[in-house]
Amino acid sequence: MRKLALDKLDAFFKAIAKNETLYLPVRENMSAAFERYEEGTVYFEAPNTLRSAKDFFFPQSETLAAFRFQQNKIEVVDPRRESEDFVVFGVRPCDVASFKILDSVFLADPVDTYYQNRRRHSTIISLSCTKPRSTCFCTLYGIDATKGGADIDSYKCDDGYYFEANTEKGRTLLESLDSLFTDGDDTVVESQREAVRNVLEKLPFGKLDMRKFGKDAKMLELFNSPEWDELSQSCLGCGTCTFVCPTCQCFDIRDFDTGHGVQRYRCWDSCMYSDFTQMAAANPRRTQKERFRQRFMHKLVYYPEEHQGVYGCVGCGRCLERCPIHMHIVKVIKTLGEDA
Amino acid sequence: MQDEMKAKAIEMLSSGAVRRVVGWRKGDFDYDVTPAFFESVEDLQAHFVYNDFCGPNLSKYMVKVSRMEGKSLVFLKPCDTYSFNQLLDEHRIKRDQVYIVGIPCGGMIDCYKALRKSGGDVLAMSSDGTTVKVKTLTGEMSYPKNDVIEERCLCCKGGKHMVYDELIGEEGTLNPDSNRFRGVKMVEKKSPEERFAFWRGELSRCIRCNACRDVCPACTCELCVFNNDASGAATKAPVNSFEENMYHIIRAFHVAGRCTDCGECSRVCPERIPLHLINRKFIKDYDELYGSYQAGESSEGVSPLFTYKESDPDPSIVLKKGGSDNA
Amino acid sequence: MDKEALIPHVAVVTRIVKETPDVKSFYVSAPEGGKPFEHKPGQCAMLSIPGQGESMISITSSPTEKDFIEFSVKKVGRVTGYLHDLEPGSQILVRGPYGRPFPVDTELKGHDLVFVAGGIGLAPLHCVINYVRAKRQDYGKVTVIYGSRSKEDLVDYREMLDEWGKDGSIDVRLTIDREEEGWDGHVGFVPNYVKELQPALSSKVLICGPPVMIKFTLAGLKEMGFALDQVYTTMEMRMKCGIGKCGRCNIGSKYVCKDGPVFRFDELDELPNEY
Repeated sequence: MRKLALDKLDAFFKAIAKNETLYLPVRENMSAAFERYEEGTVYFEAPNTLRSAKDFFFPQSETLAAFRFQQNKIEVVDPRRESEDFVVFGVRPCDVASFKILDSVFLADPVDTYYQNRRRHSTIISLSCTKPRSTCFCTLYGIDATKGGADIDSYKCDDGYYFEANTEKGRTLLESLDSLFTDGDDTVVESQREAVRNVLEKLPFGKLDMRKFGKDAKMLELFNSPEWDELSQSCLGCGTCTFVCPTCQCFDIRDFDTGHGVQRYRCWDSCMYSDFTQMAAANPRRTQKERFRQRFMHKLVYYPEEHQGVYGCVGCGRCLERCPIHMHIVKVIKTLGEDA
Repeated sequence: MQDEMKAKAIEMLSSGAVRRVVGWRKGDFDYDVTPAFFESVEDLQAHFVYNDFCGPNLSKYMVKVSRMEGKSLVFLKPCDTYSFNQLLDEHRIKRDQVYIVGIPCGGMIDCYKALRKSGGDVLAMSSDGTTVKVKTLTGEMSYPKNDVIEERCLCCKGGKHMVYDELIGEEGTLNPDSNRFRGVKMVEKKSPEERFAFWRGELSRCIRCNACRDVCPACTCELCVFNNDASGAATKAPVNSFEENMYHIIRAFHVAGRCTDCGECSRVCPERIPLHLINRKFIKDYDELYGSYQAGESSEGVSPLFTYKESDPDPSIVLKKGGSDNA
Repeated sequence: MDKEALIPHVAVVTRIVKETPDVKSFYVSAPEGGKPFEHKPGQCAMLSIPGQGESMISITSSPTEKDFIEFSVKKVGRVTGYLHDLEPGSQILVRGPYGRPFPVDTELKGHDLVFVAGGIGLAPLHCVINYVRAKRQDYGKVTVIYGSRSKEDLVDYREMLDEWGKDGSIDVRLTIDREEEGWDGHVGFVPNYVKELQPALSSKVLICGPPVMIKFTLAGLKEMGFALDQVYTTMEMRMKCGIGKCGRCNIGSKYVCKDGPVFRFDELDELPNEY
């Protein structure tokens, strides 16, 4: 592995930013976010960012097409310009795992080219976890918090940062920065991973009973469970869980009249919202219970059924911390998973 | 206190006086309580909780709950009663369907502050009213509760309940020295440019999750203008970078005169935007212009913003742009 | 399908026919003439008016038509309201086609077919009926049972009686909900009419209409001895992206826009009842 001295981190950022746009976590603990690196940007080693890394590929809103009018004719314009290459540093392994879930939706035929463009232009540097939070439960889904599996994986150890490339893109980037590195001792990383694994073992939600969920779940039985009433009764119907979730990818398509033409944009939407399934004449999910149930059934049953048993949740714990009423996927799993 | 409340709830539920009890349900880490409607004694016995983490204001739930079959008991903290009264004033709650038990409050802990202070890996958290004890993945710690209480509790309106059928514990008194406009004054001191930059910075973090609106007891429209396609203002996400600012500004105008300053908006904001400052600025301004008025103090209050007298001052923010003396 | 699935194309509405007080048919061609895209019976497409948004509409015309694609549109919301105000020659936007079609060349081929439609529900079946008429020798006995609230709400019924029924190749049965002056045909609800007509148990049945009509027709068919896998329906549920990504048309793990809109009832039976 390649090793970077702890005090050379900013030089490392600067060297990347010289050629490509670099994003990294800034701001303290509870409101950390990815921001574009500029001279003087202060990096913050957050356990995780408040918003997930999905924003890089699936931004909250983006223009799909623009329409201009001449007499009675419509002109359709694809507003995209060639995307620039960019690097993201500090993506935690749970978020790296979320990219695979997003890929399985957006890159499935027919490909979503908006997402694909950004994905192709990105180089992701993961940062393995050293201090898991009690709300983390990635281990429940078999995600290895000690190794991201991104283009480049990085590890922060006592004597420096260690880097290892997994893809061609990653190797090219590391080689271009080679003058900053020295040879690193892999065993340092290995022993740290071992230590972190011991902490991960103790995560309170790392070993929930999942036998009732997944691709072989009795779907209709879960769907009709009487527990949904109580679970959903005080849900505010806001979009917090959806918007901080790294795997939620539902969107709406809307038109915006700029006065000079029309922009058709897509924006994040939430199945928790009352108008999500509203049609001109009817709404098949009329109460919050049905909407609440949809979100969790999707992650725990519907998605796994269509994707070889992979769950639509990566256990990042964002919703556990951010839900205004602390009603979240762990409580749902615990309640519905009882007496398996 | 919790035991007394539980006993009261069990008594009323088992006698059939109420069909359900609206309170707080125990979480996994102590700090993560959930508002809940209890319908059985067993459920109350096992999961009912009242402690320093029961911040959620239960008043707004009563809009829905008071339309359910049978009468419901609700526990309201002093500041929650203002919201309840205001909702009564707006005919949103069926009063005869609700039995209110007023409960004392010693200041609620802000989960975000507590988690930040504890380093995020909390396994258990308890408070004896003065000290918070925390058990983490890696050890234990404790610190004064005052370090982590909610902003709204730092400038508490007082321990007096505005509406109740019964009280548990002794009635408190109003707190005339709450100094709640301290934050607003600090923003007012900024130059117009600084103030604009301050709000643009704060609101730039908005993720438009609508939690502030959905939790707000003053936001009980059947169909919000931001969800109504026919309104022309329906949006789900920023179309341009000013969109979020407009959302919050419009919302602040809409609740002006009705906002009781319960602070739920700031409590639930996942991005910790100090939304209460916007509402409090309105309160401070109309207090200064039309005389002091507290929404929710009475269930028949009339906001000065909803009445007109010829002697009313006619302030203009256009003529005297900026500054704290713009009235 | 296009490489850029979410970017629509310009198309021209060449002809507009008023079918009922709230249903109009739109004949749509590419600006340079010809069809804007090829489709299969049962598929739908996204129509839009810039500034008003998009709406998923099923295709009424048969794929065997050379010059246009026809959409029958009921005025129910914003986009459909604007469509109804259009004049012939207007440009609109289209993208598609989307969805799994009726298995006209596989499961349905060689069988007796019974089409059961109510109101605007005729639109998606219309396409299949015209396809079957074009390839009449491939199918057995064909019956169309169609009902609406009133005579004027029957879409295309003149065409049905004059063209489809004329040569006896299709048995057309019409009904309206209530007695009406000038109507000497059958009166009564569709599900009851289906029971009266007792279609052959070997038939494949295609149903589309209001949910309550579908529900009672299906119950009646089951009573008569039909199996769920003999009966098909199509649903237009809140589709937005049309390509299985936006997440709002799902029923359980299935997406209406991708796995539907055509479903066999034995498939639906395994899904949550959320449609």
